[in-house]
Amino acid sequence: MPHRIEITLKDEVRDPRGERIKREIEHFLHLNVDQVRTIDVYTVDAQLSPEELGQVAAGPFSDPVIQNYSVGKPAASGFDYLVEVGFRAGVTDNVGRTAGEAIGYLLGRPLASGEGVYTSVQYLISGKLSREDAERIATGLLCNTLIQRYQILDAASFKAQGGVAPFVPKVQGEAKVAVNSVNLEVSDEELMRISRDGVLALTLDEMKIIQAHYRDAKVLEARKSVGLGAAPTDVELEALAQTWSEHCKHKIFSADVSYEDGEGNREEIKSLFKSFIQKTTADVRAALGAKDYCLSVFKDNAGVIRFNDDWSLVFKVETHNSPSALDPYGGALTGIVGVNRDPFGTGKGAKLIFNTDVFCFADPFYGKELPKRLLHPRRIYEGVVEGVEHGGNKSGIPTVNGSLVFDDRFAGKPLVFCGTAGIMPAKIKDEPSHQKRIVPGDLIVMTGGRIGKDGIHGATFSSEELNENSPVSAVQIGDPITQKRMFDFLIRARDKGLYRFITDNGAGGLSSSIGEMSEECGGCQLDLSLAPLKYPGLAPWEILISEAQERMSLAVPPENIDAFMEMAKRFNVEATVLGSFTDSGIFHMLYGEKTVAYLPLSFMHAGLPPMQIPARWAKPVHEEPAVAEAADYTGDLKGLLSSLNICSKESVVRRYDHEVQGGSVVKPFTGVDNDGPSDAAVVRPILDSFEAVVVGHGICPRYSDIDAYDMAANAIDEGLRNYVAVGGSLDLLAGLDNFCWCDPILSDRTPDGPYKMAQLVRANKALYDYCTVFSMPLISGKDSMKNDFYDGTTKISIPPTLLFSVIGKMEDARLAVTMDAKRAGDQVYLLGATANELGASEYLAQKGYVGNNVPKVDANAALATYRAYHGALNAGLVASCHDLSDGGLAVAAAESAFAGGFGMELDLAKVPFKGDAADKKDAVLLFSESASRLLVTVRAEKAEAFEKALAGTTFAKIGAVTEAKNVSVKGLSGKVVVNSAISELKAAWQEPLKDL
Amino acid sequence: MTKAKALVITGNGTNCEMEAAHACRLGGFDEARIAHISELMSGEVSLDDYHFLNLTGGFLDGDDLGSAKAQANRLRYAAVQGKGELLVDQISRFIADGKLILGVCNGFQLLVKMGMLPALGGDYLKQTATLTYNASGRFQDRWCYLKCDAASPSLYTRGIEGGVYLPVRHGEGKFLVDDAKTLEAIEAKHLSCLKYSDKHYAAPTMEFPENPNGSVNAIAGICDETGRVMGLMPHPEAFVHRTQHPRWTREELPEEGEGLIFFKNAAKYVKENF
Repeated sequence: MPHRIEITLKDEVRDPRGERIKREIEHFLHLNVDQVRTIDVYTVDAQLSPEELGQVAAGPFSDPVIQNYSVGKPAASGFDYLVEVGFRAGVTDNVGRTAGEAIGYLLGRPLASGEGVYTSVQYLISGKLSREDAERIATGLLCNTLIQRYQILDAASFKAQGGVAPFVPKVQGEAKVAVNSVNLEVSDEELMRISRDGVLALTLDEMKIIQAHYRDAKVLEARKSVGLGAAPTDVELEALAQTWSEHCKHKIFSADVSYEDGEGNREEIKSLFKSFIQKTTADVRAALGAKDYCLSVFKDNAGVIRFNDDWSLVFKVETHNSPSALDPYGGALTGIVGVNRDPFGTGKGAKLIFNTDVFCFADPFYGKELPKRLLHPRRIYEGVVEGVEHGGNKSGIPTVNGSLVFDDRFAGKPLVFCGTAGIMPAKIKDEPSHQKRIVPGDLIVMTGGRIGKDGIHGATFSSEELNENSPVSAVQIGDPITQKRMFDFLIRARDKGLYRFITDNGAGGLSSSIGEMSEECGGCQLDLSLAPLKYPGLAPWEILISEAQERMSLAVPPENIDAFMEMAKRFNVEATVLGSFTDSGIFHMLYGEKTVAYLPLSFMHAGLPPMQIPARWAKPVHEEPAVAEAADYTGDLKGLLSSLNICSKESVVRRYDHEVQGGSVVKPFTGVDNDGPSDAAVVRPILDSFEAVVVGHGICPRYSDIDAYDMAANAIDEGLRNYVAVGGSLDLLAGLDNFCWCDPILSDRTPDGPYKMAQLVRANKALYDYCTVFSMPLISGKDSMKNDFYDGTTKISIPPTLLFSVIGKMEDARLAVTMDAKRAGDQVYLLGATANELGASEYLAQKGYVGNNVPKVDANAALATYRAYHGALNAGLVASCHDLSDGGLAVAAAESAFAGGFGMELDLAKVPFKGDAADKKDAVLLFSESASRLLVTVRAEKAEAFEKALAGTTFAKIGAVTEAKNVSVKGLSGKVVVNSAISELKAAWQEPLKDL
Repeated sequence: MTKAKALVITGNGTNCEMEAAHACRLGGFDEARIAHISELMSGEVSLDDYHFLNLTGGFLDGDDLGSAKAQANRLRYAAVQGKGELLVDQISRFIADGKLILGVCNGFQLLVKMGMLPALGGDYLKQTATLTYNASGRFQDRWCYLKCDAASPSLYTRGIEGGVYLPVRHGEGKFLVDDAKTLEAIEAKHLSCLKYSDKHYAAPTMEFPENPNGSVNAIAGICDETGRVMGLMPHPEAFVHRTQHPRWTREELPEEGEGLIFFKNAAKYVKENF
């Protein structure tokens, strides 16, 4: 019999959670409420005596200083409507799990199997509301009905029924372990129905390839020998669907592309990935020769480069877009704790040193009608920000770098990029730590969380557009603490050499992790019935593909298994032997004695011929606005500072612990009041050394509206210049490419597929063209290709987006430079040339235009600037440096000035200009987003040496830092065209998101 | 001379063990051992072998039942294998032996919720104060000025002139007490050794963001009456070198960060008393 324990705050204690809900009800739903109070409810489904329940309530469940508790009696009173929100059955309930453990410690006996604690929250709302209003509050704000359930009671019904009845959201498992075979000897339509209804995301061609496999006489004979019939089992079909999903297989990047460039040239490209991304790295490494510092690229869960003789550096950036669209909190939380497992599962395992995050959202103040099923951008914003906050902070990994990008097309799908870096000893037990292998006979071990129905079909679902019927089960909620415990254990097991191979369980679950591991040694034999389950009743195929979180798969040599298991037990981490690796060539799954899948690895991993994709480029032509001449641009500058893409993100960033682990050198905010926006982060991962890791990124999706080639070029350049600005070395750095695209495959729904594919080709060409000149190897990356929303009538496609992350080294962190102007009298230099490149700029966006003159990146000029600047920085000649990006020179100067607490006087006539003299206008010089430019301040006595260091590059002294706290810019006519107190500029910049 | 030995407990969501151990070493401890809680529970590591216990920052058990609540419950009831005693017995003995405990952030929350602070009248197992959600309702990572009470018995803050500048990184840092008498006693005995203040350390403040969480009387850290057990929300281990300061690129700062004094004082005390 379940028991309800309700925890209330004492009357005199403020309820910040209730206060926040009250504000959000008013803000989002435009309803006035007098008060919201909250109650935490624990439903204890366990055999406990009344005394024990009292002890539990008084002890771990409540805080005697500020809370009261009530066992079995409703505590709520003084409300008009009560809304209680709890999880649906099977959804991860972290607090409930901790509560159950706490009972175990308190009573000295763990909860019995099947017993559990389930949490919910009661919101007591006072105000003049109708039942409909309460319903709107429940479904529009408090409850995500995909993963949560709710009930609403008014005061009278609450009284009449004596409170809320205990409810146990336990998965009711009917113990079905049936394996079904699927008849593929059917019509094409029927094949597609099988794919669609099963969320397999397999195309007709793929279904027919599978059909053909099961007609092969040799295959049938082998199947017969293990007791399988001719038709594939559901386990096999699901395993193939996961392995062949766009998410896991990257079919678009591996495809044969027929590209027409719009000028009559045709190019046949065999795999974008091989032709551009891998080739970039191969060519850069060949050019580096003996100086090559890449250790492991593309083949593992993350890329690995050398940091120094003793340590290697690991980095990976992932996306978690589709789950974040459905459940922003759970999706983003899973995104961050998921990407944590990538560096941890790279080589023999890395210690995690920082996270990065970049979010692309629609306007959180969006006021128009949205298609059904799409959550309001503000809810996505709130949920994602909180999910990453909990995932990062609780894991003890500082979030050091990131950004927020806004474009209303991200209402169709938000982009949630999460990155994690790690370090590992260069050698562990005399073996290079970035290498690992599996020997046939090694045991298959799974550690960490248990398997449930959460995250089933995540990989295949994210390989499709979001639609009204997107499956609930695809959503998971991460549990940072279970993962942290597992990492605490595994890193110690690593150092003892207890395992040979480690990888993470992410998309596709065991089918992917064990499938990939099997390739290392040539086969596996695994008994799915041994896998630990959260609750009974999972079919074998569900066990195989579940994406339940916090799990790693390992290969443990038999001689180490006892030590491994004993240590796991001591660290309170679940570890289970599921089978062993073989060299049979077969992915062999059993359920108990019975074979349930028998797939040749050669078919699983190489059975799929490349897709054939047409790509046709046609350069878009936008209206070209005349740049209006004005006498004063101060208003335009303030408008830009208040635009969502440029304004301060401090309200979000301060919610992320960016200093844990103690290595923070350049923080996200800097300057006299700790509120100026840093360009990149500098982190010391080893506390008794001043060698540092530098990380920055570039992202500019708007430029895709003109040409995705330039979008990519600018993202690469922005990533690099942010990295260089703070002090990153050009001799030890690497890039990571994360593509988020809209579906580029020609179909009825996507008639413009060839254009979108051409955009993808062009972005890839830019990657090769720029990274080879910059000598920046690509070490890892990811693509997410189906970022569209379609409900049958409305289609929303995101702008093609490349996030380009740059990671590298700084030999001495004490030379790092920040973006805030440091003192009056310092000289202000602008590095790099400015051109009439307002195309797709924030300035034109404010005026309602796109334009055509997208910034073009001159890679050689950029590199010359960066090298010369880096030399000046190392010689201690630089006081401050800020990169120019959105909003151009005017925004960069304003930010540098107000961050430093000084004024700045600039003269536009001195700005180096490139191009037709007729285009040289004040607005262009102020707001053009020409690439590869840095705004640098230099002490007057170091100016000469600085100029000498920059000799041979394009740069000019354009003004000075002033004591007067005013930004004043002289236009080409000699008259002042921008003039404002820095306090006003800062206020404009801080205003838009400060209350979010 | 005795080797000064510091112990840093980790596991179940503790995050700051590396930098806390680093600060102990820089502060003068001869040994700074990071021990997993499972090593204490298995009896492999015993508190008795150390002088200075660091309960440092993190999210014990995800702060799922309220910050540090689950660990407070665990430490209170978990038995040490093969020793016939509870972990809490070891901790009580550690205090009785005149040894030192510093709780930072999550460690402060843990000490308060176990009753080990303020521990008025030497009762180390009765909870009279708490740390709860920031008044802003938000996690905050920001640097704060902390005015130091020179009359405090805390041995950790000895020699601090005016105050110290340290980062806070928490969502549940609002210090509250069970009744007015507790607060009076804390103040009368100068146990509230650190208070959020203006940047000149002139006066405690209740204004956000200088006071990042709305703590009663602006209390950021307290000690027990012996001065040997102390807890604070700000992170002294996060400022042991000037490059950790948010404005180190623009201000002339000494090499050593202001947080190191807590660890230096602890090491000095151990060396003088053991």
